[in-house]
Amino acid sequence: MTHAIRAEGLVKEFKGKRALDRVDLTARRGAVLGVLGPNGSGKTTTVRILATLLRPDAGCAEVDGFDVLRHPHEVRRLIGLTGQYAAVDEELTGTQNLVLIARLLGFDRTQARVRSAELLERFGLSDAADRPTKGYSGGMRRRLDLAASMIGRPSMLYLDEPTTGLDPHSRNELWEVVRRQVDEGVTVLLTTQYLEEADHLADDIVVLDHGRVISEGTPEQLKDRAGTQVLELRTAEAEQLGLAVKVVEAVTSAPVSDDGLAARVPVTDSAVLPEVVRRLDEQGVAVGELSLRKPSLDEVFLALTGQPAEPQETSEETSA
Amino acid sequence: MSAVTTDSPTGPAGPTPLAPQSVTPLRTVQQGLQLAWRSVLKIRSNPEEVLGLTLQPVMFVTLFVFVFGQAMMGDWQSYRDFLMPGIIAQSVIFATLGTGFTLSQDVEKGIFDRFRSLPIARSAPLVGAILGDLVRYTITVVMVLIVGLAIGFRPEGGVLGVVVAGALILLFAFALCWMSAFVGMIVRTPMSVQAFGMILMFPLTFGSSAFVAPESMPGWLQTVAVNNPVSHVVDAMRGLMIGGDVAGPVFWTLVWTVVITAVFFPLAAWAYRRRT
Repeated sequence: MTHAIRAEGLVKEFKGKRALDRVDLTARRGAVLGVLGPNGSGKTTTVRILATLLRPDAGCAEVDGFDVLRHPHEVRRLIGLTGQYAAVDEELTGTQNLVLIARLLGFDRTQARVRSAELLERFGLSDAADRPTKGYSGGMRRRLDLAASMIGRPSMLYLDEPTTGLDPHSRNELWEVVRRQVDEGVTVLLTTQYLEEADHLADDIVVLDHGRVISEGTPEQLKDRAGTQVLELRTAEAEQLGLAVKVVEAVTSAPVSDDGLAARVPVTDSAVLPEVVRRLDEQGVAVGELSLRKPSLDEVFLALTGQPAEPQETSEETSA
Repeated sequence: MSAVTTDSPTGPAGPTPLAPQSVTPLRTVQQGLQLAWRSVLKIRSNPEEVLGLTLQPVMFVTLFVFVFGQAMMGDWQSYRDFLMPGIIAQSVIFATLGTGFTLSQDVEKGIFDRFRSLPIARSAPLVGAILGDLVRYTITVVMVLIVGLAIGFRPEGGVLGVVVAGALILLFAFALCWMSAFVGMIVRTPMSVQAFGMILMFPLTFGSSAFVAPESMPGWLQTVAVNNPVSHVVDAMRGLMIGGDVAGPVFWTLVWTVVITAVFFPLAAWAYRRRT
Protein backbone atom coordinates (compact mmCIF):
# COMPACT_ATOMS: atom_id res chain seq x y z
CA MET A 1 0.00 0.00 0.00
CA THR A 2 1.86 3.08 -1.15
CA HIS A 3 -1.11 5.40 -1.19
CA ALA A 4 -2.22 6.80 2.11
CA ILE A 5 -5.34 8.39 0.63
CA ARG A 6 -6.96 7.43 -2.61
CA ALA A 7 -10.19 8.78 -4.07
CA GLU A 8 -11.76 7.79 -7.35
CA GLY A 9 -14.58 9.44 -9.24
CA LEU A 10 -16.01 11.37 -6.30
CA VAL A 11 -19.30 13.04 -7.14
CA LYS A 12 -21.31 15.20 -4.77
CA GLU A 13 -24.32 17.32 -5.55
CA PHE A 14 -25.96 19.92 -3.33
CA LYS A 15 -29.49 20.72 -4.38
CA GLY A 16 -28.84 19.73 -7.97
CA LYS A 17 -25.61 21.65 -8.12
CA ARG A 18 -22.51 19.61 -8.76
CA ALA A 19 -19.93 20.44 -6.10
CA LEU A 20 -17.67 17.56 -7.10
CA ASP A 21 -17.58 16.12 -10.58
CA ARG A 22 -15.61 12.86 -10.70
CA VAL A 23 -12.64 13.87 -8.59
CA ASP A 24 -9.67 11.51 -8.44
CA LEU A 25 -6.75 12.04 -6.13
CA THR A 26 -4.06 10.16 -4.32
CA ALA A 27 -1.81 11.14 -1.47
CA ARG A 28 1.49 9.36 -1.07
CA ARG A 29 2.35 8.07 2.37
CA GLY A 30 4.34 10.59 4.39
CA ALA A 31 3.91 13.30 1.78
CA VAL A 32 1.86 16.49 1.61
CA LEU A 33 -0.88 16.61 -0.97
CA GLY A 34 -1.99 20.15 -1.70
CA VAL A 35 -5.50 20.69 -3.05
CA LEU A 36 -5.45 24.09 -4.67
CA GLY A 37 -8.51 25.94 -5.88
CA PRO A 38 -10.65 29.03 -5.50
CA ASN A 39 -13.70 29.31 -3.22
CA GLY A 40 -16.43 26.91 -4.22
CA SER A 41 -14.14 24.67 -6.24
CA GLY A 42 -14.94 21.67 -4.07
CA LYS A 43 -11.97 21.60 -1.70
CA THR A 44 -13.96 21.49 1.51
CA THR A 45 -16.40 18.96 0.09
CA THR A 46 -13.50 16.69 -0.81
CA VAL A 47 -12.01 16.94 2.66
CA ARG A 48 -15.37 16.29 4.30
CA ILE A 49 -15.88 13.14 2.27
CA LEU A 50 -12.39 11.90 3.10
CA ALA A 51 -13.06 12.68 6.78
CA THR A 52 -16.29 10.60 6.74
CA LEU A 53 -18.38 13.71 7.42
CA LEU A 54 -20.15 13.59 4.08
CA ARG A 55 -21.23 10.72 1.86
CA PRO A 56 -20.33 11.02 -1.81
CA ASP A 57 -23.15 10.49 -4.32
CA ALA A 58 -20.82 8.36 -6.40
CA GLY A 59 -17.23 7.23 -6.38
CA CYS A 60 -15.14 5.77 -3.60
CA ALA A 61 -12.38 6.79 -1.29
CA GLU A 62 -9.95 4.88 0.86
CA VAL A 63 -7.79 6.05 3.71
CA ASP A 64 -4.97 3.65 4.49
CA GLY A 65 -6.94 0.95 2.71
CA PHE A 66 -10.13 1.59 4.68
CA ASP A 67 -13.19 2.56 2.70
CA VAL A 68 -14.70 5.79 4.02
CA LEU A 69 -18.23 4.50 3.59
CA ARG A 70 -17.83 0.95 4.83
CA HIS A 71 -15.27 1.51 7.60
CA PRO A 72 -15.77 5.08 8.79
CA HIS A 73 -14.76 4.27 12.33
CA GLU A 74 -11.36 2.90 11.23
CA VAL A 75 -10.85 5.97 9.08
CA ARG A 76 -11.62 8.24 12.04
CA ARG A 77 -8.98 6.43 14.09
CA LEU A 78 -6.36 7.43 11.53
CA ILE A 79 -7.20 11.03 10.81
CA GLY A 80 -6.95 14.40 12.47
CA LEU A 81 -9.13 17.15 11.03
CA THR A 82 -8.62 20.88 11.20
CA GLY A 83 -11.54 22.53 9.54
CA GLN A 84 -11.83 25.83 7.80
CA TYR A 85 -13.14 27.53 10.90
CA ALA A 86 -11.20 26.91 14.07
CA ALA A 87 -13.58 24.54 15.81
CA VAL A 88 -12.67 25.34 19.38
CA ASP A 89 -15.08 25.88 22.21
CA GLU A 90 -14.94 29.59 22.93
CA GLU A 91 -16.09 29.38 26.51
CA LEU A 92 -13.58 26.73 27.46
CA THR A 93 -9.88 27.29 28.08
CA GLY A 94 -7.19 25.90 25.81
CA THR A 95 -6.49 23.11 28.27
CA GLN A 96 -10.18 22.26 28.71
CA ASN A 97 -10.62 22.03 24.94
CA LEU A 98 -7.73 19.61 24.54
CA VAL A 99 -8.47 17.56 27.64
CA LEU A 100 -12.02 16.98 26.40
CA ILE A 101 -10.81 15.56 23.09
CA ALA A 102 -8.16 13.46 24.82
CA ARG A 103 -10.74 12.03 27.24
CA LEU A 104 -13.04 11.22 24.33
CA LEU A 105 -10.19 9.36 22.69
CA GLY A 106 -9.77 7.24 25.80
CA PHE A 107 -6.93 8.95 27.65
CA ASP A 108 -7.42 8.85 31.40
CA ARG A 109 -7.44 12.09 33.38
CA THR A 110 -3.69 12.25 33.98
CA GLN A 111 -2.72 11.22 30.47
CA ALA A 112 -5.15 13.76 29.03
CA ARG A 113 -3.55 16.54 31.10
CA VAL A 114 -0.04 15.48 30.13
CA ARG A 115 -0.83 15.22 26.42
CA SER A 116 -2.64 18.58 26.43
CA ALA A 117 0.17 20.36 28.22
CA GLU A 118 2.67 18.83 25.83
CA LEU A 119 0.77 20.02 22.76
CA LEU A 120 0.08 23.47 24.19
CA GLU A 121 3.79 23.77 24.85
CA ARG A 122 4.68 22.62 21.38
CA PHE A 123 2.29 25.11 19.78
CA GLY A 124 3.42 28.01 21.92
CA LEU A 125 0.14 28.24 23.83
CA SER A 126 1.34 27.36 27.34
CA ASP A 127 0.91 30.91 28.61
CA ALA A 128 -2.68 31.04 27.37
CA ALA A 129 -3.52 27.48 28.46
CA ASP A 130 -5.91 28.49 31.23
CA ARG A 131 -7.60 31.38 29.48
CA PRO A 132 -10.93 30.98 27.67
CA THR A 133 -10.26 30.69 23.94
CA LYS A 134 -12.61 33.53 23.09
CA GLY A 135 -9.72 35.81 24.07
CA TYR A 136 -7.32 34.08 21.66
CA SER A 137 -6.10 35.69 18.46
CA GLY A 138 -6.96 34.09 15.12
CA GLY A 139 -3.54 32.51 14.89
CA MET A 140 -3.75 31.09 18.41
CA ARG A 141 -7.14 29.57 17.68
CA ARG A 142 -5.87 27.88 14.55
CA ARG A 143 -2.93 26.48 16.47
CA LEU A 144 -5.20 25.22 19.23
CA ASP A 145 -7.46 23.68 16.61
CA LEU A 146 -4.46 21.98 15.04
CA ALA A 147 -3.31 20.78 18.46
CA ALA A 148 -6.77 19.33 19.05
CA SER A 149 -6.58 17.38 15.82
CA MET A 150 -3.23 15.93 16.80
CA ILE A 151 -4.05 14.60 20.25
CA GLY A 152 -4.61 11.05 19.05
CA ARG A 153 -1.38 11.08 17.02
CA PRO A 154 -3.14 10.76 13.68
CA SER A 155 -1.16 9.35 10.80
CA MET A 156 -3.17 11.50 8.38
CA LEU A 157 -3.69 15.18 8.99
CA TYR A 158 -6.38 17.02 7.04
CA LEU A 159 -5.95 20.77 6.99
CA ASP A 160 -8.74 22.68 5.32
CA GLU A 161 -7.48 26.16 4.47
CA PRO A 162 -5.45 26.33 7.66
CA THR A 163 -4.02 29.79 7.05
CA THR A 164 -6.93 31.65 5.46
CA GLY A 165 -7.27 34.96 7.28
CA LEU A 166 -4.00 34.66 9.19
CA ASP A 167 -1.30 37.31 9.24
CA PRO A 168 2.04 36.36 7.63
CA HIS A 169 3.71 35.70 10.96
CA SER A 170 1.03 33.29 12.19
CA ARG A 171 0.96 31.69 8.78
CA ASN A 172 4.71 30.99 8.89
CA GLU A 173 4.33 29.51 12.36
CA LEU A 174 1.61 27.21 11.15
CA TRP A 175 3.67 26.13 8.15
CA GLU A 176 6.49 25.29 10.53
CA VAL A 177 4.19 23.09 12.58
CA VAL A 178 2.95 21.30 9.48
CA ARG A 179 6.50 20.65 8.28
CA ARG A 180 7.40 19.15 11.64
CA GLN A 181 4.47 16.76 11.38
CA VAL A 182 5.61 15.68 7.95
CA ASP A 183 9.09 15.08 9.32
CA GLU A 184 7.53 12.73 11.84
CA GLY A 185 5.96 10.72 9.05
CA VAL A 186 2.44 12.13 9.00
CA THR A 187 0.62 12.26 5.67
CA VAL A 188 -0.95 15.68 5.14
CA LEU A 189 -3.89 16.66 3.00
CA LEU A 190 -3.89 20.42 2.71
CA THR A 191 -6.40 22.61 0.93
CA THR A 192 -5.52 26.15 0.07
CA GLN A 193 -6.38 29.08 -2.13
CA TYR A 194 -2.76 30.20 -2.20
CA LEU A 195 -0.33 28.94 -4.77
CA GLU A 196 2.47 30.10 -2.53
CA GLU A 197 1.27 27.92 0.32
CA ALA A 198 0.93 24.85 -1.87
CA ASP A 199 4.36 25.59 -3.27
CA HIS A 200 5.89 25.85 0.20
CA LEU A 201 4.32 22.80 1.76
CA ALA A 202 3.05 20.36 -0.83
CA ASP A 203 4.94 17.53 -2.49
CA ASP A 204 2.10 17.01 -4.94
CA ILE A 205 -0.64 19.39 -5.97
CA VAL A 206 -4.09 18.79 -7.33
CA VAL A 207 -5.79 21.83 -8.81
CA LEU A 208 -9.57 21.90 -8.47
CA ASP A 209 -11.94 24.12 -10.36
CA HIS A 210 -15.72 23.82 -10.42
CA GLY A 211 -15.49 20.43 -8.78
CA ARG A 212 -13.08 19.01 -11.33
CA VAL A 213 -9.39 18.24 -11.22
CA ILE A 214 -7.97 20.50 -13.89
CA SER A 215 -4.30 19.88 -13.29
CA GLU A 216 -2.02 17.86 -11.08
CA GLY A 217 1.64 17.29 -10.51
CA THR A 218 4.53 18.43 -8.40
CA PRO A 219 4.83 22.15 -7.66
CA GLU A 220 7.66 22.27 -10.20
CA GLN A 221 5.55 20.72 -12.92
CA LEU A 222 2.69 23.09 -12.21
CA LYS A 223 4.93 26.07 -12.27
CA ASP A 224 6.39 24.94 -15.56
CA ARG A 225 2.86 24.97 -16.87
CA ALA A 226 1.71 28.12 -15.16
CA GLY A 227 4.94 30.09 -14.92
CA THR A 228 6.68 30.98 -11.69
CA GLN A 229 6.23 34.67 -12.19
CA VAL A 230 4.14 37.11 -14.10
CA LEU A 231 5.58 39.81 -16.26
CA GLU A 232 3.29 42.82 -16.32
CA LEU A 233 3.80 45.64 -18.74
CA ARG A 234 2.16 49.01 -19.28
CA THR A 235 3.21 51.28 -22.09
CA ALA A 236 3.55 55.00 -21.62
CA GLU A 237 1.09 55.50 -24.44
CA ALA A 238 -1.87 53.17 -24.71
CA GLU A 239 -1.67 52.92 -28.53
CA GLN A 240 1.66 51.17 -28.24
CA LEU A 241 0.33 48.32 -26.13
CA GLY A 242 -0.52 46.21 -29.16
CA LEU A 243 3.00 46.46 -30.42
CA ALA A 244 4.37 45.69 -26.97
CA VAL A 245 2.22 42.56 -26.75
CA LYS A 246 3.73 41.31 -30.02
CA VAL A 247 7.23 41.95 -28.72
CA VAL A 248 6.60 40.13 -25.44
CA GLU A 249 4.97 37.26 -27.26
CA ALA A 250 7.99 36.91 -29.49
CA VAL A 251 10.36 36.80 -26.53
CA THR A 252 8.44 34.54 -24.18
CA SER A 253 6.58 32.44 -26.75
CA ALA A 254 3.76 32.23 -24.20
CA PRO A 255 0.16 33.47 -24.51
CA VAL A 256 -0.01 37.12 -23.53
CA SER A 257 -3.22 38.50 -22.12
CA ASP A 258 -4.01 42.17 -22.29
CA ASP A 259 -6.94 44.15 -21.00
CA GLY A 260 -6.23 47.29 -23.00
CA LEU A 261 -4.28 48.79 -20.12
CA ALA A 262 -1.59 46.26 -19.36
CA ALA A 263 -0.19 43.08 -20.84
CA ARG A 264 0.50 40.05 -18.66
CA VAL A 265 2.38 36.88 -19.39
CA PRO A 266 3.56 33.99 -17.24
CA VAL A 267 7.31 33.53 -17.30
CA THR A 268 9.47 30.77 -15.90
CA ASP A 269 12.83 32.43 -16.46
CA SER A 270 13.44 35.97 -15.26
CA ALA A 271 16.22 36.31 -17.84
CA VAL A 272 13.52 37.26 -20.35
CA LEU A 273 13.19 40.63 -18.63
CA PRO A 274 16.33 42.30 -20.10
CA GLU A 275 15.51 40.76 -23.46
CA VAL A 276 12.03 42.26 -23.38
CA VAL A 277 13.41 45.65 -22.43
CA ARG A 278 16.00 45.53 -25.21
CA ARG A 279 13.47 44.59 -27.89
CA LEU A 280 10.93 47.17 -26.74
CA ASP A 281 13.66 49.75 -26.91
CA GLU A 282 14.53 48.66 -30.44
CA GLN A 283 10.91 49.02 -31.46
CA GLY A 284 10.73 52.44 -29.87
CA VAL A 285 8.07 51.48 -27.32
CA ALA A 286 8.11 53.75 -24.28
CA VAL A 287 7.56 51.62 -21.19
CA GLY A 288 5.29 53.05 -18.51
CA GLU A 289 5.61 50.22 -16.02
CA LEU A 290 7.30 46.87 -16.19
CA SER A 291 7.30 44.39 -13.35
CA LEU A 292 7.90 40.76 -12.46
CA ARG A 293 5.80 39.35 -9.67
CA LYS A 294 4.41 36.11 -8.30
CA PRO A 295 1.31 34.95 -10.13
CA SER A 296 -2.02 35.22 -8.40
CA LEU A 297 -4.27 32.20 -8.25
CA ASP A 298 -6.31 33.78 -11.02
CA GLU A 299 -3.31 33.89 -13.26
CA VAL A 300 -2.39 30.29 -12.50
CA PHE A 301 -5.88 29.30 -13.42
CA LEU A 302 -5.70 31.38 -16.53
CA ALA A 303 -2.51 29.63 -17.52
CA LEU A 304 -3.85 26.17 -16.68
CA THR A 305 -7.35 26.48 -18.03
CA GLY A 306 -7.27 29.40 -20.37
CA GLN A 307 -10.12 30.78 -18.28
CA PRO A 308 -10.07 33.00 -15.25
CA ALA A 309 -11.07 31.41 -11.98
CA GLU A 310 -14.52 32.56 -11.03
CA PRO A 311 -15.60 31.87 -7.50
CA GLN A 312 -18.75 29.86 -7.64
CA GLU A 313 -21.76 30.76 -5.54
CA THR A 314 -22.16 27.57 -3.58
CA SER A 315 -23.51 27.03 -0.17
CA GLU A 316 -20.91 24.35 0.37
CA GLU A 317 -20.31 25.00 4.04
CA THR A 318 -23.83 25.59 5.15
CA SER A 319 -25.54 22.77 3.33
CA ALA A 320 -22.75 20.28 3.82
CA MET B 1 -10.37 1.77 28.73
CA SER B 2 -7.36 0.27 27.08
CA ALA B 3 -3.79 0.49 28.25
CA VAL B 4 -1.63 3.37 27.20
CA THR B 5 1.65 3.23 25.40
CA THR B 6 4.42 5.49 26.63
CA ASP B 7 3.50 8.95 25.60
CA SER B 8 6.64 10.72 24.42
CA PRO B 9 6.27 14.14 22.84
CA THR B 10 7.88 13.07 19.61
CA GLY B 11 6.39 9.62 19.44
CA PRO B 12 5.79 8.17 16.02
CA ALA B 13 2.50 8.76 14.30
CA GLY B 14 0.23 5.82 13.99
CA PRO B 15 -3.32 4.74 14.47
CA THR B 16 -4.63 6.22 17.68
CA PRO B 17 -3.38 3.61 20.09
CA LEU B 18 -6.13 4.29 22.59
CA ALA B 19 -9.19 4.18 20.41
CA PRO B 20 -10.55 0.68 20.28
CA GLN B 21 -11.81 -0.94 17.09
CA SER B 22 -15.42 -0.42 17.95
CA VAL B 23 -17.37 1.62 20.44
CA THR B 24 -18.84 -0.42 23.26
CA PRO B 25 -22.04 0.71 24.98
CA LEU B 26 -19.95 1.49 28.06
CA ARG B 27 -17.64 3.75 26.05
CA THR B 28 -20.69 5.45 24.51
CA VAL B 29 -21.95 6.30 27.99
CA GLN B 30 -18.50 7.47 29.08
CA GLN B 31 -18.19 9.66 26.00
CA GLY B 32 -21.67 11.03 26.56
CA LEU B 33 -20.73 11.93 30.13
CA GLN B 34 -17.46 13.53 29.01
CA LEU B 35 -19.39 15.68 26.56
CA ALA B 36 -21.98 16.47 29.23
CA TRP B 37 -19.12 17.67 31.42
CA ARG B 38 -18.25 20.06 28.61
CA SER B 39 -21.72 21.63 28.93
CA VAL B 40 -21.26 21.96 32.67
CA LEU B 41 -17.87 23.63 32.21
CA LYS B 42 -19.52 26.00 29.76
CA ILE B 43 -22.17 26.98 32.29
CA ARG B 44 -19.49 27.69 34.86
CA SER B 45 -17.35 29.79 32.58
CA ASN B 46 -20.14 31.80 31.00
CA PRO B 47 -21.15 34.73 33.24
CA GLU B 48 -24.36 35.37 31.29
CA GLU B 49 -25.42 31.78 31.82
CA VAL B 50 -24.66 31.93 35.53
CA LEU B 51 -26.57 35.20 35.77
CA GLY B 52 -29.48 33.77 33.81
CA LEU B 53 -29.61 30.72 36.02
CA THR B 54 -29.49 32.66 39.29
CA LEU B 55 -30.99 36.10 38.83
CA GLN B 56 -33.77 35.13 36.45
CA PRO B 57 -35.57 32.94 39.00
CA VAL B 58 -35.22 35.66 41.65
CA MET B 59 -36.68 38.20 39.25
CA PHE B 60 -39.51 36.04 37.96
CA VAL B 61 -40.65 34.72 41.31
CA THR B 62 -40.59 38.08 43.07
CA LEU B 63 -42.19 39.98 40.19
CA PHE B 64 -45.01 37.50 39.70
CA VAL B 65 -45.69 37.05 43.40
CA PHE B 66 -45.61 40.71 44.38
CA VAL B 67 -47.00 42.27 41.19
CA PHE B 68 -49.89 39.88 40.55
CA GLY B 69 -50.36 38.22 43.92
CA GLN B 70 -52.77 40.65 45.48
CA ALA B 71 -54.85 41.04 42.31
CA MET B 72 -55.03 37.32 41.69
CA MET B 73 -55.90 35.91 45.06
CA GLY B 74 -56.37 38.75 47.47
CA ASP B 75 -53.06 38.15 49.22
CA TRP B 76 -49.63 37.46 47.80
CA GLN B 77 -48.96 34.53 50.12
CA SER B 78 -51.77 32.42 48.61
CA TYR B 79 -50.67 33.30 45.09
CA ARG B 80 -47.07 32.44 45.96
CA ASP B 81 -48.12 28.93 46.95
CA PHE B 82 -50.25 28.56 43.84
CA LEU B 83 -47.54 29.99 41.59
CA MET B 84 -44.43 28.11 42.75
CA PRO B 85 -45.09 24.81 40.92
CA GLY B 86 -46.11 26.76 37.81
CA ILE B 87 -43.09 28.99 37.76
CA ILE B 88 -40.73 26.05 38.28
CA ALA B 89 -42.31 24.35 35.29
CA GLN B 90 -42.21 27.50 33.20
CA SER B 91 -38.54 28.16 33.99
CA VAL B 92 -37.50 24.63 33.08
CA ILE B 93 -39.61 24.57 29.92
CA PHE B 94 -38.00 27.80 28.72
CA ALA B 95 -34.60 26.39 29.61
CA THR B 96 -35.16 23.52 27.16
CA LEU B 97 -34.80 26.10 24.39
CA GLY B 98 -31.13 26.20 25.29
CA THR B 99 -30.68 22.62 24.06
CA GLY B 100 -31.61 23.48 20.50
CA PHE B 101 -29.74 26.74 20.69
CA THR B 102 -26.42 25.23 21.76
CA LEU B 103 -26.71 22.30 19.36
CA SER B 104 -27.31 24.69 16.51
CA GLN B 105 -24.34 26.73 17.65
CA ASP B 106 -22.07 23.68 17.77
CA VAL B 107 -23.05 22.69 14.26
CA GLU B 108 -22.58 26.22 12.97
CA LYS B 109 -19.16 26.62 14.53
CA GLY B 110 -17.85 23.33 13.20
CA ILE B 111 -17.48 21.82 16.66
CA PHE B 112 -19.68 18.88 15.70
CA ASP B 113 -17.45 18.24 12.69
CA ARG B 114 -14.54 17.86 15.05
CA PHE B 115 -16.47 15.42 17.27
CA ARG B 116 -17.72 13.47 14.31
CA SER B 117 -14.24 13.08 12.87
CA LEU B 118 -13.15 11.37 16.10
CA PRO B 119 -13.42 7.63 16.59
CA ILE B 120 -16.24 7.98 19.10
CA ALA B 121 -19.87 6.86 19.20
CA ARG B 122 -21.97 8.65 16.64
CA SER B 123 -24.65 9.51 19.17
CA ALA B 124 -22.27 10.72 21.89
CA PRO B 125 -22.38 14.46 21.05
CA LEU B 126 -26.19 14.48 21.06
CA VAL B 127 -26.47 12.37 24.20
CA GLY B 128 -23.81 14.52 25.90
CA ALA B 129 -25.57 17.75 25.04
CA ILE B 130 -28.83 16.50 26.48
CA LEU B 131 -27.29 15.03 29.63
CA GLY B 132 -25.48 18.33 30.18
CA ASP B 133 -28.72 20.21 29.78
CA LEU B 134 -30.44 18.06 32.38
CA VAL B 135 -27.85 19.43 34.81
CA ARG B 136 -28.86 22.94 33.79
CA TYR B 137 -32.55 22.14 34.25
CA THR B 138 -31.86 20.71 37.69
CA ILE B 139 -30.03 23.88 38.70
CA THR B 140 -33.03 25.86 37.45
CA VAL B 141 -35.46 23.84 39.58
CA VAL B 142 -33.29 24.23 42.67
CA MET B 143 -32.77 27.96 42.16
CA VAL B 144 -36.45 28.75 41.73
CA LEU B 145 -37.24 26.64 44.75
CA ILE B 146 -34.65 28.45 46.87
CA VAL B 147 -36.15 31.82 45.94
CA GLY B 148 -39.60 30.47 46.81
CA LEU B 149 -38.40 29.18 50.17
CA ALA B 150 -36.76 32.52 50.84
CA ILE B 151 -40.08 34.32 50.52
CA GLY B 152 -41.84 31.90 52.79
CA PHE B 153 -43.01 29.06 50.52
CA ARG B 154 -43.46 25.98 52.72
CA PRO B 155 -44.72 23.12 50.53
CA GLU B 156 -47.11 20.83 52.40
CA GLY B 157 -45.96 17.86 50.38
CA GLY B 158 -42.66 18.03 52.26
CA VAL B 159 -39.30 16.96 50.91
CA LEU B 160 -40.73 13.87 49.22
CA GLY B 161 -43.45 15.80 47.41
CA VAL B 162 -40.98 18.41 46.22
CA VAL B 163 -38.46 15.83 45.03
CA VAL B 164 -41.08 13.85 43.12
CA ALA B 165 -42.47 17.06 41.60
CA GLY B 166 -38.95 18.07 40.59
CA ALA B 167 -38.33 14.66 39.06
CA LEU B 168 -41.56 14.92 37.13
CA ILE B 169 -40.75 18.27 35.56
CA LEU B 170 -37.23 17.05 34.69
CA LEU B 171 -38.74 14.02 33.00
CA PHE B 172 -41.09 16.24 31.04
CA ALA B 173 -38.19 18.56 30.15
CA PHE B 174 -36.22 15.54 28.96
CA ALA B 175 -39.03 14.83 26.49
CA LEU B 176 -39.24 18.48 25.42
CA CYS B 177 -35.53 18.80 24.84
CA TRP B 178 -35.76 16.28 21.98
CA MET B 179 -38.21 18.69 20.40
CA SER B 180 -35.78 21.51 21.01
CA ALA B 181 -32.93 19.43 19.59
CA PHE B 182 -35.02 18.70 16.51
CA VAL B 183 -35.73 22.39 15.97
CA GLY B 184 -32.04 23.15 16.57
CA MET B 185 -31.07 20.72 13.85
CA ILE B 186 -33.54 21.80 11.19
CA VAL B 187 -33.29 25.57 11.35
CA ARG B 188 -30.26 27.36 9.98
CA THR B 189 -29.00 29.54 12.81
CA PRO B 190 -29.04 29.57 16.62
CA MET B 191 -30.97 32.85 16.54
CA SER B 192 -33.84 31.29 14.63
CA VAL B 193 -34.00 28.50 17.20
CA GLN B 194 -34.62 31.14 19.82
CA ALA B 195 -37.19 33.01 17.73
CA PHE B 196 -39.03 29.84 16.80
CA GLY B 197 -38.87 28.51 20.34
CA MET B 198 -40.25 31.68 21.90
CA ILE B 199 -43.29 31.55 19.63
CA LEU B 200 -43.88 28.01 20.80
CA MET B 201 -43.04 28.38 24.48
CA PHE B 202 -45.05 31.48 25.37
CA PRO B 203 -48.48 30.09 24.45
CA LEU B 204 -47.50 26.69 25.81
CA THR B 205 -46.64 28.01 29.27
CA PHE B 206 -49.02 30.97 29.61
CA GLY B 207 -51.94 29.15 28.03
CA SER B 208 -51.82 26.62 30.84
CA SER B 209 -52.63 26.37 34.51
CA ALA B 210 -49.12 27.59 35.40
CA PHE B 211 -50.07 31.19 36.30
CA VAL B 212 -53.86 31.28 36.59
CA ALA B 213 -56.56 28.66 36.96
CA PRO B 214 -58.00 27.87 33.48
CA GLU B 215 -61.55 28.36 34.89
CA SER B 216 -61.01 32.12 34.71
CA MET B 217 -60.17 32.00 31.00
CA PRO B 218 -62.64 32.44 28.11
CA GLY B 219 -64.20 29.18 26.89
CA TRP B 220 -61.99 28.50 23.86
CA LEU B 221 -58.79 29.22 25.79
CA GLN B 222 -60.03 27.14 28.68
CA THR B 223 -60.35 24.15 26.37
CA VAL B 224 -56.81 24.72 25.14
CA ALA B 225 -55.41 25.25 28.62
CA VAL B 226 -57.07 22.24 30.17
CA ASN B 227 -55.69 19.96 27.47
CA ASN B 228 -52.30 21.61 27.38
CA PRO B 229 -49.64 19.10 28.49
CA VAL B 230 -48.02 21.84 30.54
CA SER B 231 -51.23 22.07 32.63
CA HIS B 232 -51.01 18.39 33.44
CA VAL B 233 -47.41 18.74 34.62
CA VAL B 234 -48.18 21.85 36.65
CA ASP B 235 -51.31 20.28 38.19
CA ALA B 236 -49.33 17.17 39.11
CA MET B 237 -46.58 19.27 40.68
CA ARG B 238 -49.14 21.37 42.50
CA GLY B 239 -50.79 18.25 43.87
CA LEU B 240 -47.46 16.88 45.03
CA MET B 241 -46.20 20.12 46.51
CA ILE B 242 -49.20 21.90 48.01
CA GLY B 243 -51.89 19.24 47.92
CA GLY B 244 -54.69 18.33 45.55
CA ASP B 245 -55.36 15.80 42.82
CA VAL B 246 -52.21 13.84 41.96
CA ALA B 247 -52.97 10.55 40.22
CA GLY B 248 -54.78 11.96 37.17
CA PRO B 249 -52.34 14.73 36.29
CA VAL B 250 -49.32 12.45 36.90
CA PHE B 251 -50.83 9.86 34.60
CA TRP B 252 -51.39 12.43 31.83
CA THR B 253 -47.95 13.90 32.34
CA LEU B 254 -46.40 10.48 31.82
CA VAL B 255 -48.57 9.89 28.75
CA TRP B 256 -47.48 13.22 27.24
CA THR B 257 -43.85 12.56 28.11
CA VAL B 258 -43.97 9.26 26.29
CA VAL B 259 -45.84 10.73 23.31
CA ILE B 260 -43.53 13.73 22.91
CA THR B 261 -40.45 11.53 23.24
CA ALA B 262 -41.84 8.96 20.83
CA VAL B 263 -42.42 11.65 18.22
CA PHE B 264 -39.42 13.90 18.69
CA PHE B 265 -36.65 11.49 19.67
CA PRO B 266 -36.72 9.78 16.25
CA LEU B 267 -37.14 13.13 14.51
CA ALA B 268 -34.23 14.65 16.40
CA ALA B 269 -32.07 11.58 15.72
CA TRP B 270 -32.99 11.73 12.03
CA ALA B 271 -32.29 15.45 11.77
CA TYR B 272 -29.02 14.97 13.63
CA ARG B 273 -27.86 12.26 11.26
CA ARG B 274 -28.93 14.30 8.27
CA ARG B 275 -27.34 17.51 9.40
CA THR B 276 -24.10 16.05 10.70
